[in-house]
Amino acid sequence: MSVGQQAGSPPHSKKRPSRPLGDASAARNISKGFFVKLAVMAGFNAGGVYGLLSAWAVGTWGLFAGLVVAVIVANWVYFSRRAIPGKYLYPGLLFLFTYQLFTMAYTGYVAFTNYGDGHNSTKEDAISAILSYNEKRVEGTAGYPLTVLEDSDGDIHFGIVDNGEPRVGDSEEGFTNVDATTDGTRITALDGYTVLGFGDIAARQDEVVNLRVPISDDPNDGSLRTTDATNAYVYRSLLEYDESSDRMTNLETGVEYAPNDRGNFVSPDGEELTPGWRVGVGFENFTKMFTDSRISGPFFQILVWTFAFAFLSVATTFALGLALALVFNDPRVRGRKIYRSLLILPYAFPGFLSALVWRGMLNERFGFINEVILGGAAVPWLTDPWLAKFSIIMVNLWLGFPYMFLICTGTLQSIPGDVLESAKVDGASPWRVLRSIILPLLMVSTAPLLISSFAFNFNNFALIYMLTGGGPNFSGSPLMIGSTDILISMVYSVAFESGVKQYGLASAVSILIFIFVGVISWLGFRKTKQLEEL
Amino acid sequence: MQRSIPAVAAVLGMALVLSSCSGESDSPETSDPTASEAAPSGSMVIWVDETRINDFTDVIETFKTERNVNVEVVQKASGDIRTEFIQQVPTGEGPDVIVGAHDWLGELVSNGVVAPVELGDKAAEFTEISTQAFTYEGTTYGVPYSIESIALVRNDELVSETPATFDELIEQGEDLDAKYPVLLQQGAEGDAYHMYPLQTSFGAPVFAYENGAYTAEIGMGGDAGHAFAEYLKKLGDDGIIDSNIGGDQAKEAFLAGESPYMITGPWYASEFAAEGMDISIHEIPSAGGEPAQPFTGVQGAYISAKAANPVLANDFVVNFLSTEEAADALYAAGGRQPALTASAEKVDNELTVAFGEVAAKGVPMPSLPEMGAVWGFWGATQVAIFSGQEKDAPAAWDSMISNIEEAMSGS
Repeated sequence: MSVGQQAGSPPHSKKRPSRPLGDASAARNISKGFFVKLAVMAGFNAGGVYGLLSAWAVGTWGLFAGLVVAVIVANWVYFSRRAIPGKYLYPGLLFLFTYQLFTMAYTGYVAFTNYGDGHNSTKEDAISAILSYNEKRVEGTAGYPLTVLEDSDGDIHFGIVDNGEPRVGDSEEGFTNVDATTDGTRITALDGYTVLGFGDIAARQDEVVNLRVPISDDPNDGSLRTTDATNAYVYRSLLEYDESSDRMTNLETGVEYAPNDRGNFVSPDGEELTPGWRVGVGFENFTKMFTDSRISGPFFQILVWTFAFAFLSVATTFALGLALALVFNDPRVRGRKIYRSLLILPYAFPGFLSALVWRGMLNERFGFINEVILGGAAVPWLTDPWLAKFSIIMVNLWLGFPYMFLICTGTLQSIPGDVLESAKVDGASPWRVLRSIILPLLMVSTAPLLISSFAFNFNNFALIYMLTGGGPNFSGSPLMIGSTDILISMVYSVAFESGVKQYGLASAVSILIFIFVGVISWLGFRKTKQLEEL
Repeated sequence: MQRSIPAVAAVLGMALVLSSCSGESDSPETSDPTASEAAPSGSMVIWVDETRINDFTDVIETFKTERNVNVEVVQKASGDIRTEFIQQVPTGEGPDVIVGAHDWLGELVSNGVVAPVELGDKAAEFTEISTQAFTYEGTTYGVPYSIESIALVRNDELVSETPATFDELIEQGEDLDAKYPVLLQQGAEGDAYHMYPLQTSFGAPVFAYENGAYTAEIGMGGDAGHAFAEYLKKLGDDGIIDSNIGGDQAKEAFLAGESPYMITGPWYASEFAAEGMDISIHEIPSAGGEPAQPFTGVQGAYISAKAANPVLANDFVVNFLSTEEAADALYAAGGRQPALTASAEKVDNELTVAFGEVAAKGVPMPSLPEMGAVWGFWGATQVAIFSGQEKDAPAAWDSMISNIEEAMSGS
């Protein structure tokens, strides 16, 4: 609100509303709008600076650089008098970068890595996880109630009572006997040291949990560590990491584990340590679709069904939508408004929900369709491969025709009446009018929408996933895929359901699908251009 | 001079914003080390999903006041919590503690996102199966708080004696002229979880189970597996199990009194009791001669491998959740059979006790990272067998096993 005070300081501006427009001096031309802009920009900058500070604090430098650019460009664009187009373009570009380009770039990056279960993070994280998983409590050793102490230099020490003897130590010196006050199990006070309370420990948690105090002079006896600052146990590391040689060594067997190019430490006889880390794997994820026999086998079959599904979905919904639009466009139909509103209803329900409801209605034994409409018939709507395909198309028809109905109605209403009238005068039959006048004019404006609808259905994951889950499954197939799976749901199954999660593979295949859809749309739009030249 | 006023104003605005922001970020740092008695001495973040959050609301309040710390509870969607945790921990945005089921363990460990915990002597205070469930390759990674499994729920208004074998149980149901002799929920994708007690009764465990831990070796192949596959086919042919009967349909049928028995868990049994049905809980009769052991699911809390507040997290999970008071409070809020023996003994709800007894005799659900693929193939093959899609049950069973082996090695 400090900006508000700022805004109040030049009081004269408001009293001169009738200043001639020709005066271009900014100093005298400060309007109300400028202060609004100032307030908005101050808010934006505040958000930006907050983001910068947060990014700085956690060390995400990519985000930091992006924010610096975004904030500087925003201030330049909106305070400069020369960047008029920029003022309109900036918000759009900002959203384009955050929501589209960044996501695409990140997907592209992931596609070239082996990111997935077992390769989840950086090498640094993997090393610390491997070391922590292999630091095991020494069997048969006692647990010690622990006191955390701070010496005059501010260094942290562990205090324990061992066989009635109070002892204190840190990582370098190990434990030495001290003359401390105890309550029998715990040290409660010691000269030259401060006993740290819960609050003090909470402020220095990392120091406390990372401290290892050797229990004796022999390093093989292990060292004392704590995780909760009240109890300590003797642990021994099974593995040691040497940074200079980049090797993990098993301290008991002496086996060395070297990092490989797959992002794992491996011993000479092939034993891998988990977890691994994320590494680049080149084009492997892209070629896997064609080289992995599990995927390449059913790939063709699924590709054909994907095209069939997308094409039939568009064709059926468009046919029904157009037919209804033609009928309800005729002024002789009474109550058109009511019918039209009712027809749009399926479009108003969320697709997810409708698919789930349909799934229930199509259940073989208990579904509404079989039980009530067909009087107890046992039609396997979703469990027979061909009927499942049919059901999918039908449900998608129900979901999709209102959209086509809407756009066709809109286009029909924009077809000039005199054109139709002159056709009638020339003696054209209604069928002829439809074929030679209405359809060509209609296609000019709806063809691009049909192409985008094709692209949407090509990737209509939600419907497949909710209605059949891709089933009925190909029995005995090495992947969890079935007769109604389309490419995108197959990717989901391969990358997430038929084994461990493989984000790299999923990203690569979705890029391939993107290329497919892109090429098809491009060809389609080229065709549409020809339509426009009619 | 032309553009000076907007420029100056902009710089001034920036400066004001900057100074107010830096002032904000300074304050917690300065106040922290010299925290007074009243100010919380630390804070941590816990992720819980909607199915478990009610269990935890009260205990977290108690922990906050007892330890004088701040606990931020973040509710996540049950479908996403595990994936989000695995994705967020490496970025440093993850929580300190996550509450979840034990069968997540393999995936969490293989991704290096959970930290080992040391229960010390407290380990002996929990039921054995619950601590076993949180142990992976010899290391314990979480602290259990409740156990549950499925059991045989009997409608006492229809029958009062339960026979010793599953075949006799079906006969009993058929003699009653019930619409369903027994309800065993399946679905289009199958449900190997509810089918598992029948499978174990044929001596065909999913993985070889030795010394309270699963090995990665598939145990359901061979003659025992084939015998179970044949039995499945027989159940399907006789119309006892049906892929069209999912959980909802089975529940409705049992509520309507259409079957004397349903194999299900406390989640539905408590609904039946609330509807005023006269029910009792029993062990599932054996179909293949050996004990019919269900999978036991264990709920517990894990600590993130990159917890920002490791001491607080350990204090909460290891020291606090393992106390009898916390276990009692968790039971009072959630009604799940406590994993802590002392609290379990105090439970007086008949249903919970009976379910607890069955659960304690069960086997932990395997927590290998590849379980997702195992469940998929397993359920789908069972459906294919009992729905008659696969005529040769043993052959279908064998191809399922080779598919699972391939999925486990192909990663």
